[in-house]
Amino acid sequence: MTALAPPPVGVRPTTNGGRSNAPVAWMAVPALAMFLAFGVVPLLGVLFLSFTTWDGIGEIQPSGLTSWRSVLSDPGLPHALWVTFLIMALSWLAQTPLSLLIGVFLAGRQRYREFLAILYFIPLLLSSAALAITFKALLDPNFGLGEGLGIELLRQDWLGESKLAMGVVIFVVSWQFIPFHSLIYQGGVRQIPTSMYEAAEIDGAGRLRKFFSITLPQLKYTIITSSTLMVVGSLTFFDLIFVLTAGGPGDATRALALDMYKRGFQANLMGPASVIAVILVLVGLGLALLLRRLGGRGDESQLEGA
Amino acid sequence: MISRRNFLNLGVGAGAAAALAACGSEGPGTSGGGSKAGSASYWFLTGQPGEGIRQHAVDRFNQANPDAKITATTFQNDAYKTRIKTAIGAGQAPTIIWGWGGGGLKSYVEAGQVEDLTDWFGQNAAVKDRLFPTAFGPATINGKIYAMPAETVAPIVLYYNKEVFEKNGAKAPETWDDVMNLVTLFNGKGIAPFSLGGQSRWTNMMWMEFLFDRIGGSEVFQAIFEGKANAWSHPAAKEALTKLRQLIDADGFVKGYATITADSNADQALLYRGRAAMMLHGAWTYGSMSNDGGDFVKSGKLGYMNFPVVTGGKGDPSSTVGNPGQYYSISSKATAEQKETAKKFFKDTVLNDAEVKEWIDSGNIPIVKGTESSFASSKDADFLKFIYDTSANAKNFAQSWDQALSPTAAEALLDNIAKFFQKSGGISPDQFITNMNGVIGK
Repeated sequence: MTALAPPPVGVRPTTNGGRSNAPVAWMAVPALAMFLAFGVVPLLGVLFLSFTTWDGIGEIQPSGLTSWRSVLSDPGLPHALWVTFLIMALSWLAQTPLSLLIGVFLAGRQRYREFLAILYFIPLLLSSAALAITFKALLDPNFGLGEGLGIELLRQDWLGESKLAMGVVIFVVSWQFIPFHSLIYQGGVRQIPTSMYEAAEIDGAGRLRKFFSITLPQLKYTIITSSTLMVVGSLTFFDLIFVLTAGGPGDATRALALDMYKRGFQANLMGPASVIAVILVLVGLGLALLLRRLGGRGDESQLEGA
Repeated sequence: MISRRNFLNLGVGAGAAAALAACGSEGPGTSGGGSKAGSASYWFLTGQPGEGIRQHAVDRFNQANPDAKITATTFQNDAYKTRIKTAIGAGQAPTIIWGWGGGGLKSYVEAGQVEDLTDWFGQNAAVKDRLFPTAFGPATINGKIYAMPAETVAPIVLYYNKEVFEKNGAKAPETWDDVMNLVTLFNGKGIAPFSLGGQSRWTNMMWMEFLFDRIGGSEVFQAIFEGKANAWSHPAAKEALTKLRQLIDADGFVKGYATITADSNADQALLYRGRAAMMLHGAWTYGSMSNDGGDFVKSGKLGYMNFPVVTGGKGDPSSTVGNPGQYYSISSKATAEQKETAKKFFKDTVLNDAEVKEWIDSGNIPIVKGTESSFASSKDADFLKFIYDTSANAKNFAQSWDQALSPTAAEALLDNIAKFFQKSGGISPDQFITNMNGVIGK
């Protein structure tokens, strides 16, 4: 029940004749088939299930709007939406500046930077579940890092207090995904023509000025791409939160994806779980579209005067 | 060539949970484990010593029956609970379904997913008669038996660290007032009174189960189980919840308990390392504490007792809660040959003498009658006798709430328990009662 939002694809009007269009259409078939099989078909199934009552084991009973009513009148829904939004906003705020800076730093061609780039990349290779288990062990108030190093400050009830637990989730998410976004920014920075920097230097611009006047504006689309991935991706954070806090303490970190899982697979309420899945898809689509809008039309040149 | 249906199943199975998986549940069962017609599959839980003993039983069966083997797949406790439900719903259940009986089994029965074994037990009275009669309770749904009771009886026990008690001049608690006094005493010495793996939720539930029973007797939960309207509003429920709230507020549980999971066994480590004085936990933890705790259990530092009484309470002090057994069901989607293999396994191998010995050696009481004579020679004779007597003499042996209730009601219960156990910002006893009355009978 993953919420699959199509990545924003710039549709460019083709000037080709009809003859060369045929092979291009063929090339889309594998992607389209995958998207249909793994995206659209399950989505339709979920939509169908949201109008039924099913415990996941017995017969599926069509039940109209019962599931929708029960979910929409449940105070758990606005709470889960709020938690999801909080995770989205906070993890974006934590990740974007850091990965931007690291990306700019790694774009340099010096040897030691290449080495550091590989080091930074390591967290991305680990699975979320393994990461969560590791951090959980490190944060154990009795046998974890605080105990091992004898630092009282680290001996908190990390996952037992609402605010701390949320902080831990944001931290681990950032720790895992900053390398990925740094990589995107690194690529983005390397695309910027050096002639721009040379011209700026001749005009007497310093490091900071160059960063704010050239690097940052030139990275506009990279920022939008990376933000879209972060924002839409944060909707589906599940494994990490599930292993780390299981939505707790209480329901302090119960985001939409987790709420869906708990209703569907723990409480055997597949109807309401499907309703949440549909809501997740709608929120994801809405956000992706919104971020595309923010990016403007996407066809104005960034290299004017370069 | 891939047919369209297979292609759809592929997409659904890998892509998006069980959304459409039920569509694939008709037709012959695909639950066979091996290639031969009679080969059966069997899923069970990891975690020693049970994992090894279960595997040995399978190995013994396979050696004796080379033509109809059983293939085992193992899962971690909390992961298994969801995995098995999904598999059954998708028509991918193993031939032998390991379970806890009660509400979960009832949902399989209502969906027609498990075999009715009543007649089989009628024909094989010898299999039935050698097991504890109490073990058949959670296997019986609407008067019919749908599972083979197996493995061990595991009441919940109050463990304590004798060394810590002696050092601090403490005595094992006999009443709830003693418990609260011990909380003050141990907190004053910088020792956590109770260890608790609070993130697992069912660990917290054990406290409610006992307090409800000791204060109001077994009928309080019985009414809830039967789905009577507003059954949670019983005055005993309010009193039990208030007492529990006082215990939480008095720092009765180890700092950071909400961060600890039971699967990590960190709660047990706190007890055997002397960081916590007491722990309310299942009899099954004795085995892991013997394994992991160095010489803690061997040197007799582990104390154990039934839950103390609450002064003025109506409950019987001999009553207990826990698991009256574990339960093996047969998938109704399995082929006739696979079902035969499973029944042969139940009859010849499950809880045979070799398995009984292994359970006793690991510090557990198998649900087989008349094993007392084998305890005496065991290194864990005292504990085994204690568990045997607790189980046999209990006026009431209640099944754990989350397993007795339907999965929907159980999830609502665990969810509210997690909220109730929050140190700061937890819900009040009244809120808990209101929330739970709202989902009664579901």
